[in-house]
Amino acid sequence: MALSPYELDEGSMSAVIPAESVKPETEDAFLKQLFTRFIRHKLAVAGLVITVLLILVALLAPWIAPNDPKEVTGVFSAPPSAEHWLGTDQVGRDVLSRLIYATQISLIVGFVTVALYVTVGTLIGIVSAYFGGWLDMLIMRITDMFMAFPFLMVILVVISILGSNMTTIILVLALFSWPSVARLVRGSVLSIKQLDYINAGVALGLSTPRILFRHIFPNAVGPIIVNATFGIASAIMSEAGLSFLGMGVQPPTASWGNMLTDAQSLTVLTDQPWLWVPPGAMILLTVLAINFVGDGLRDALDTRQ
Amino acid sequence: MLNYFIIKLAPGNPVDMFIDPNTPKEVLELRKEILGLNDPVILQYFKWLLNLLQGQLGYSFSSYAPVTKIIGERIGPTLLLASAALIFGMLIAIPVGILSAVKQNTKFDYIMTGLSFIGTSIPQFFLGLGLIYVFAVQLKWFPTGGMITLGGAGGFWDRLTHMILPVFVLGIVIAGKKVRYVRASMLDVMNMDYLRTANSKGLHPFIVTNKHALRNALLPIITVVGMEIPLLLGGSILIEQIFQWPGIGQLTIQSILSRDYPILMGLNLVAALIVLTTNLLTDLLYAAADPRIKYT
Amino acid sequence: MIADSPLLQVEQLKTYYPIKKGVFSRTVGHVKAVDDITLSIHKGETLGLVGESGCGKSSFGRSIVRLENPFEGRILFENEDITYRKQKELREVRTRLQIIFQDPYASLNPRQRVADILAEPYIAHNLATGSQVQARVNRLLDMVGLPQAYKNRYPHEFSGGQRQRIGIARAISFEPKLIVCDEPVSALDVSIQAQILNLLSDLQQELNLTYLFIAHGIGAVKYISTRVAVMYLGKIVEIGDKDELFRSPRHPYTQILLQAYPKPDPTLRADKRIVIQGDVPSPANPPSGCRFHTRCPYAQELCRVEEPVLDEQPHAVACHFPLAQ
Repeated sequence: MALSPYELDEGSMSAVIPAESVKPETEDAFLKQLFTRFIRHKLAVAGLVITVLLILVALLAPWIAPNDPKEVTGVFSAPPSAEHWLGTDQVGRDVLSRLIYATQISLIVGFVTVALYVTVGTLIGIVSAYFGGWLDMLIMRITDMFMAFPFLMVILVVISILGSNMTTIILVLALFSWPSVARLVRGSVLSIKQLDYINAGVALGLSTPRILFRHIFPNAVGPIIVNATFGIASAIMSEAGLSFLGMGVQPPTASWGNMLTDAQSLTVLTDQPWLWVPPGAMILLTVLAINFVGDGLRDALDTRQ
Repeated sequence: MLNYFIIKLAPGNPVDMFIDPNTPKEVLELRKEILGLNDPVILQYFKWLLNLLQGQLGYSFSSYAPVTKIIGERIGPTLLLASAALIFGMLIAIPVGILSAVKQNTKFDYIMTGLSFIGTSIPQFFLGLGLIYVFAVQLKWFPTGGMITLGGAGGFWDRLTHMILPVFVLGIVIAGKKVRYVRASMLDVMNMDYLRTANSKGLHPFIVTNKHALRNALLPIITVVGMEIPLLLGGSILIEQIFQWPGIGQLTIQSILSRDYPILMGLNLVAALIVLTTNLLTDLLYAAADPRIKYT
Repeated sequence: MIADSPLLQVEQLKTYYPIKKGVFSRTVGHVKAVDDITLSIHKGETLGLVGESGCGKSSFGRSIVRLENPFEGRILFENEDITYRKQKELREVRTRLQIIFQDPYASLNPRQRVADILAEPYIAHNLATGSQVQARVNRLLDMVGLPQAYKNRYPHEFSGGQRQRIGIARAISFEPKLIVCDEPVSALDVSIQAQILNLLSDLQQELNLTYLFIAHGIGAVKYISTRVAVMYLGKIVEIGDKDELFRSPRHPYTQILLQAYPKPDPTLRADKRIVIQGDVPSPANPPSGCRFHTRCPYAQELCRVEEPVLDEQPHAVACHFPLAQ
């Protein structure tokens, strides 16, 4: 077990003044400790490897995909063969190529959505907690309002109005996701704000931005990262769900979700499993991998263990 | 209220959608007038509010039936599905979570933690389709969808066989999430001094777990279950679509496709009401279960 | 006249915390943490402030350095009224007025290296740049007895005593006039306490510092103070020269506090011990009359009705029936 900072042995100090024992580590002890804790979590490491591979697949899609994902190759609904490893869809497009290109969509939606709402949520959370008063009240009531709505139902309505494409999905998912981050950040800022090193900063006459961003934010960042990681997984899942319902990324652009849409027909479901099993499995794999990473991070950042 | 404006400010309206492009402009305007679509948005909103106070939610744009009636028909099946799934999910999550905590770091714990991860990471529609493929198409144990066999005799068993797959899918996702909460909550409680005391008094481990630990561990779980309700309503949209379950989830999709705003407004209102009610219930339950909290 | 005026004058200071209730956060009452305190601190002295936990001594210390907002009264620091100034307007004053905190674990930012913690005051106030800052940091470490080699370590790599040295180094970075020491040794082991107290008195000599030394134990206060004030439920009940106050306490509460302090020599122990009764009353709803009457062994009818005021003598007491000198 790694030693938590609060377990340092106080009793071993003798009366000699500076000779009190100090742990040998010096350089970036915090990150190092985080790293060693993370790699002990085998599933998290596996998840990280898979995530990195998926990012590579997305980046290298034009070079590794056998076909253009929108190109109609001629054979419709062909089962897997040497030419089309995962067969072709009902319009005759290569399923493997579509699967590879869809990785881009999923990862872009996942990462951009989260980057957007985590930034907004963090800023709002910090402002709400640090300034308090009526502003805090107002922001918290707004988050309450957002969080009381059944997420998917409202998103569907909004998307049906704004039109469905990747940008709208990202914006709408971000619009309905920032409140939870704002609340999380507000909570940790409120507890950090009471600590004496913040008081010390005030007593030293440091400026408010300096206290917020040099002292409070670095200490609140752990839970935000964990939340963001799980957020990526959940945004990918939401995009898949929306696309599956036909309210997300529209064909001919390939998305794992819209590749599954056809499986709602019983013929596809029964006779053409190559059309729907691979994209479903990809969603599962991606979301699972990212969730494992998030879990590993959470354990690594949890000082109680 | 927010919903109302978002919906109202949307481009396109039902009259535009369903008309034959050859319809004369005057007829069109007349229809809009009848439906009240030419009034300013604010006025429309207050009309809607006024009707709401009288228990009127207006009429569907597509079927002209009262919104209350349409939603009323659909809400029962959704509540049935959602509550069955919630109960099923918690019936799995609580015992598994407790056992995982008690047998922390054993094979059982690892396997269950792994399974719970898969449960939370699997897309509901993919799991649903997979189950339909295996149990309905291949094994023919259950029907592929719907709530009752069309033209069949109906009855309890018929309904039950239709329910099993969708409840399973919805419940598994809930269980996957909640197992980890129950486990964590149980572990927190098990590290408390009063449990060490109970153990050191020589009480039977079964009593310690069930009487001393469980009651305290379940407290935070009540809140967590309450938080699940909005997600459950969202999830039911996908599940109802896949299993053709005639609930409000399916109605949502249909209304969106046909731009049937009065129904969408009604649906959002109902959903918000359900969420608020469950939030209130959660608070009350929490107060009932925790002697430290008193509402004065 | 100016030369004679005290470094810090506190006049009828009140620091109240609102008790909020209900949906609209109505204020239903106040916790009177500091309730009408008047005192002065003179240049070069160490005023010890003792009292039980929750008596408001920390609130008083924090009010003086304006980490709390006073409710009423006046704080004059070097003849400047700083009572109601905004934080921005306090920036300059803060270079002359510092604080050392009780918990050395909570008072250092875990994500900052020691060098950054100590350099920050200079950088934020534009007092030094580049190598100058490093030289100053090195000097601060020397002054508090920490090896310069420890500069690049994080707080969690240090023991409680070493962390408190870092906290002290930070407080003296501006070479302030007055330092509020808010129970600086209460969280430390006894052996370490003595080292820190020695360090504080050495620094006082070297930098010509004035201390307000807050503690709940008599020991540290007796060791370091020149004058002592005793606080009970938000009020000063007795204040005077250390030796005189310890030799002949005038307030029953002081007497009890002193008796509770274990003496190393058994022959000096009092035969009769007055045991304090009951719990500390709530500062939200203090007792009428003399606040100590609920627990005072000598309480009489008058004590229940009329609140005693601090008399004007150098060794002042707020009691209707002070103990014989």
